[in-house]
Amino acid sequence: MAAEQTKSGSTPQRRTLTVKPTLLGDKVFFGITSFTAYFSIALVGLVLVFLLIRAWPALQHEGINFLIGSTWDDSVQPMVMQIFPMLWGSILLALLGVLLAVPMAIALAYLIEFLAPKPIARVATLLVDLLAALPSVVIGLWGLFVFTPVAEGWSELLHKTLGWLPFFANETGNFSRSPFIAGWIVAVMIVPIITSVTREIFSQMDRDLINAAKALGGGMASTLTRVILPTASGGIVGGTLLGLGRALGETVAIFFVLNLSFDINWFDVSEARGGSIASMILSKLGEATDYEISGLMAAGVVLFVSTLIINFIAGYIVNRAQPWRK
Amino acid sequence: MNLSTATSHLRSEDINVWFGERHVLADVNLDFPSNQVTALIGPSGCGKSTFLRTLNRMHELIPSAGLAGSVLLDGQDIYGDGVNPVDVRIKIGMVFQKPNPFPTMSIKENILSGLKLSGRKFVNGDDIVETSLRRASIWNEVKDRLGEPAISLSGGQQQRLCIARSLAMEPEVLLMDEPCSALDPGSTRRIEETIEELSEAMTIVIVTHNMQQAQRVSHQTAFFLAEDGNPGTVVEFGSTDDVFNRPVDARTNDYVNGHFG
Repeated sequence: MAAEQTKSGSTPQRRTLTVKPTLLGDKVFFGITSFTAYFSIALVGLVLVFLLIRAWPALQHEGINFLIGSTWDDSVQPMVMQIFPMLWGSILLALLGVLLAVPMAIALAYLIEFLAPKPIARVATLLVDLLAALPSVVIGLWGLFVFTPVAEGWSELLHKTLGWLPFFANETGNFSRSPFIAGWIVAVMIVPIITSVTREIFSQMDRDLINAAKALGGGMASTLTRVILPTASGGIVGGTLLGLGRALGETVAIFFVLNLSFDINWFDVSEARGGSIASMILSKLGEATDYEISGLMAAGVVLFVSTLIINFIAGYIVNRAQPWRK
Repeated sequence: MNLSTATSHLRSEDINVWFGERHVLADVNLDFPSNQVTALIGPSGCGKSTFLRTLNRMHELIPSAGLAGSVLLDGQDIYGDGVNPVDVRIKIGMVFQKPNPFPTMSIKENILSGLKLSGRKFVNGDDIVETSLRRASIWNEVKDRLGEPAISLSGGQQQRLCIARSLAMEPEVLLMDEPCSALDPGSTRRIEETIEELSEAMTIVIVTHNMQQAQRVSHQTAFFLAEDGNPGTVVEFGSTDDVFNRPVDARTNDYVNGHFG
């Protein structure tokens, strides 16, 4: 650094350096892209501001109880709106969905990337992507008319065999419209995103690492668990959290297969009462008063913020878990 | 043990290799005696790395790979019926062109990774770590940082770590696929010294593009060549001194003197 000093001791005059575009075409391109980028950021901010303004009356009246209370009562004036059972229900569904989806997605990605012959891998990829393209309402209808009768059987079986575990116990005799069933539906909906992120991570893996594991006497299973999964873990967690973000916002499909109840259901996943912020908004919006709409907007804010938080965590984990990718 | 092959520790008999319909290697017959270093040289695409991978059954992991012939380890065909490829790879270790330590593991975990991957039981892990690192001449540089991530090491250190990782499996044969091509001259020299020390205890086969390296480290040399779309073959095989200084084939002479390739 000393060499930069001039003999007189004063620091040399710095030149202005620029990376701004100089060609006309570049300037236009730069203008359009930066406008689009800033606009999308502004849009997210504006949506949040709009929601907050509309939500303000309910938030102001309920205060923190909006988040932690468990009553929704429109028979009193002004009505009571507290969404904790719905918030917890959303979290429970997301957890169930992720728990069921992650093993499926990893197995699928492993099959596509490492085991299946090329034609089969291509078809499997296509089918998984197709699953992602299915509209939510179609999955909801399938869930209601096709899947629910099947899953009721599973649920009953779990109650009979593993009923001594608190989560599978269900003395009501009704096994439909439960978080268990809705969790499977969420899993079906987030398997594609987790699979495609995991597959991408697998395909970018240094093949020499896998070869090294094989050359050291690794079998298929030990290579997967000791080398492939740890190396890909950051990406898989990131993909899972992206899926979780989607799971939290899942609306119509859940609306078809889950009984919404403000009687909080902590872990009895096979009982016919659960919660989901998004589905609750859908179910109440049709006949809501102005003040109730304000409460639903506030629920929207909660959903929005929790999805944002999860996305931030996803980004953080993906960066932190793969220090060697720098 | 079969007496007729007892003099050669590792031996390839009429090895032919295909990728799909493409015949890439024809009739390779080579002997790799115990405690000798054999260099495989030849221009790019002549099939020498492919041949190396047939020696520990890594070749068959490539889809569409085909093979004929046999590879005998102490007289036993490693492609024989009932031979588990995993057992073959435990006896015949491999070091790759680019250093490839497992990025999620520490230095110590990398050394023990082969034992864990192959499901072998071991008790004295610390001893295995120290012995392996010492044999790869890297112990003194890493002994105080065994818990640090392997990728915190320099490229040359990573490659010696990979050698140590193979040595932890106590292989009888070590295959090296251009182990120094990604390294600086200093690291290259240290690995060559390690190869010399290791050859006292095992059979080593090394693929190299570096003529000087082949002359420095090897006892015998095989020159591979693939001409005009024909499959690669061994043009000349003999003591390193003969192949470099008194080549029989004109093409060998041209290659070792830098006239092509």
